[in-house]
Amino acid sequence: MTEILNALVLFTNFVILPGATYGAQLALGALGVTLIYGILRFANFAHGDLMAFGAAGTIGAVLLFQAIGISIAPLPTAIIALPFGILLACALALLTDKWVYRFYRKQRAAPVVFTIVSVGVMFMYNGLTRFTIGPDDRQFGDGERFIIKARAFKEMTGLSEGLAIRTSQVITLVIAVIVVVALFRFLNKSRTGKAMRAYSDNEDLALLSGINPDRVVMVAWLIAASLAAIAGTLYGLDKSYKPFVFAQLLLPIFASAVVGGIGQPIGAIAGGFIIAFSEVTVTYAYKKVAFYLGFESDSLLQLLSVEYKFAISFVILVVVLLIRPTGIFKGRVL
Amino acid sequence: MRGLIYFGIMFAAIAIVGVYQSWNVAFAILNLCLISGVMALGVNIQWGYAGLFNVGIMGFSALGGATAMLIATKPVGEAWSAGGVGVMLSGLIIAATVAIIIFVRRYLSGTLRVWITAGLIIAGYFTARLLFDPATDLIERVNPAQSGFLGGLGLPIILAWAVGGVIAAGAAWVVGKVALGLRSDYLAIATLGISEIIIAMLKNEDWLTRGVKNVAGLPRPVPYEVNLVQAPWFQQLAASWGGDVQNAASITVKLSYAGLILIVLAILMWLSERAIKSPWGRMMRAIRDNRDAASAMGKNVTARHLQVFILGSAVCGIAGAMLTTLDGQFTPTSYIPLRYTFLIWVMVILGGSGNNWGAVLGGFVIWFVWIQAEPVGLALMSGLTGFLPEGNVVREHMVEAAPHMRLFLMGLILLVVMRYAPRGLLPERR
Repeated sequence: MTEILNALVLFTNFVILPGATYGAQLALGALGVTLIYGILRFANFAHGDLMAFGAAGTIGAVLLFQAIGISIAPLPTAIIALPFGILLACALALLTDKWVYRFYRKQRAAPVVFTIVSVGVMFMYNGLTRFTIGPDDRQFGDGERFIIKARAFKEMTGLSEGLAIRTSQVITLVIAVIVVVALFRFLNKSRTGKAMRAYSDNEDLALLSGINPDRVVMVAWLIAASLAAIAGTLYGLDKSYKPFVFAQLLLPIFASAVVGGIGQPIGAIAGGFIIAFSEVTVTYAYKKVAFYLGFESDSLLQLLSVEYKFAISFVILVVVLLIRPTGIFKGRVL
Repeated sequence: MRGLIYFGIMFAAIAIVGVYQSWNVAFAILNLCLISGVMALGVNIQWGYAGLFNVGIMGFSALGGATAMLIATKPVGEAWSAGGVGVMLSGLIIAATVAIIIFVRRYLSGTLRVWITAGLIIAGYFTARLLFDPATDLIERVNPAQSGFLGGLGLPIILAWAVGGVIAAGAAWVVGKVALGLRSDYLAIATLGISEIIIAMLKNEDWLTRGVKNVAGLPRPVPYEVNLVQAPWFQQLAASWGGDVQNAASITVKLSYAGLILIVLAILMWLSERAIKSPWGRMMRAIRDNRDAASAMGKNVTARHLQVFILGSAVCGIAGAMLTTLDGQFTPTSYIPLRYTFLIWVMVILGGSGNNWGAVLGGFVIWFVWIQAEPVGLALMSGLTGFLPEGNVVREHMVEAAPHMRLFLMGLILLVVMRYAPRGLLPERR
């Protein structure tokens, strides 16, 4: 019995918890991508770098707070700094829309033109982030690192495997739940939210019924940028902050959005968790879990090495494209 | 005419670098400009001719680079005898699995087909891993400090320029088969994915590429500086030019590379121009401008897209092989999307999508700006912050961060061109 419990604890510690955290981060990112796709109808390549920029804003505020001695220990300072990151990301997104995207919207340019333009925006964001915060690796999580330490857990339960719950993991999940609930309430209950859904479903019909397109687009950018800043900060808090990492997150984020059904907020969330759990379960080495369950093995029992996690997002993406191009929740076909 | 002027300005700029910095730097820039031109040509074939949005250029050039390494390095006999058989056998198993799957899929249909295919994939994967893991382990243990991989074929590296193109074309066929039936954004995401996977493989399959330990000292298609300096005929030649023998040698080597790359560029350019002016080229443009109409005229849009995708990727593969040859080493970690995918896109858009000469010009201009933005940016920042005292925090930060501004500049160039001159420096001829 204890053996099975040990296996379970091990599995929770290395697969379920990290998977759920990563899934929440991906879901927040994918929500932003899917929202922009639904309203502005293009795949935004700059989203990863918008995340990096928002997180950089948060880090800036954290450094400022630390310098003047404001803290909310045992919680990380990043939580009170997050609104500043969100504000900066929103400002940047609105300026970009005003100076860049609006022109093409008025022209009714093809989606691929928007996508190429977003590559240019990606370059500029990337340069901006590196210019302000530098390309180095940063740890900005202060306060208590663990809620339960592995050793305390072992002493508490008497098991030989420990369960370590990191503060960043719990914060990620709590913030993700709050944000998602708030977003869905907004989209389903408020007037602007309903207008946005109408605009996303059928642009002409929405315009006909007097919905102001500029307002819808503005709100979409505000939400997408806030989500990006939150996702970027949480990811940086959980792992560590490196500006170029966010460009690599682009693929799993796109995969999450497409798998769930592009343009469908609920799909983005489901997609995020599907991608995250697939990555973690396939790249985890099951040797020790199997040992507790009574199988001795010389090999690591790892399906694929961790470096190939991109391959997993990609394979899922391809399978969905081939079997059900609209995604799980019947989104648009790109 | 316009093209001639632009290229004239471009070469003048390189000459100015030669006069004011050094001719060594100037020819190093020229070589990379030429290779960038080839890459941009490849992307132009896909985007300009057919409107395909490929963001996996990095993967195809990296495949070309890996091919160059595998063709040119000497085989490691010990590694082959340690694990060669195992790797070969696991390769055979994968091939057999694929064959069985194709066979099975021909005779079955419905849900059963899906399940049996999935079962066969899993079974094949694990059987192959059973032989593959111990074999690669043995290979990587053979003299890990110097080799630890199977090595290559030990053939002349120039051969790899063609083979690299073929390998990249093969990868493009696989990607194209999956993603080309769908609309443009899916191709973008799929190519983005495949290029990341290719890089991950090159970084982690140590038995094949030495992974992050790199392979240095690839043999060259041109003479070595050391040998030139010692050769009496070269010493005489250098003396007649005046100046330092060492310097003359390294310039000669760079010029020989430039000559080789120029030959390749000229051949590809001639082929591309022939293609775009032929009935095939007109058909491609017709498909690009209105695929429904072209399809109604009986053109097989998906097949043509696949064709042009393969051709363009092959050109990128050739460019990647040349780049690795020029570097003399294969470093998988150096492949980053901003530099190898998105920068090429800036080149094509700036140069003029749909115009081969434009794409090559874009390759020249952007590479030149990319290289020169660093010293110029540094000088500019030092100048701008000159009024601040030495050691001031703001000044230090600005000067330190100046090199990153070139990313910003590239984005700015792309956005300005897209907005004010969407057809580029040399617009497509109609």
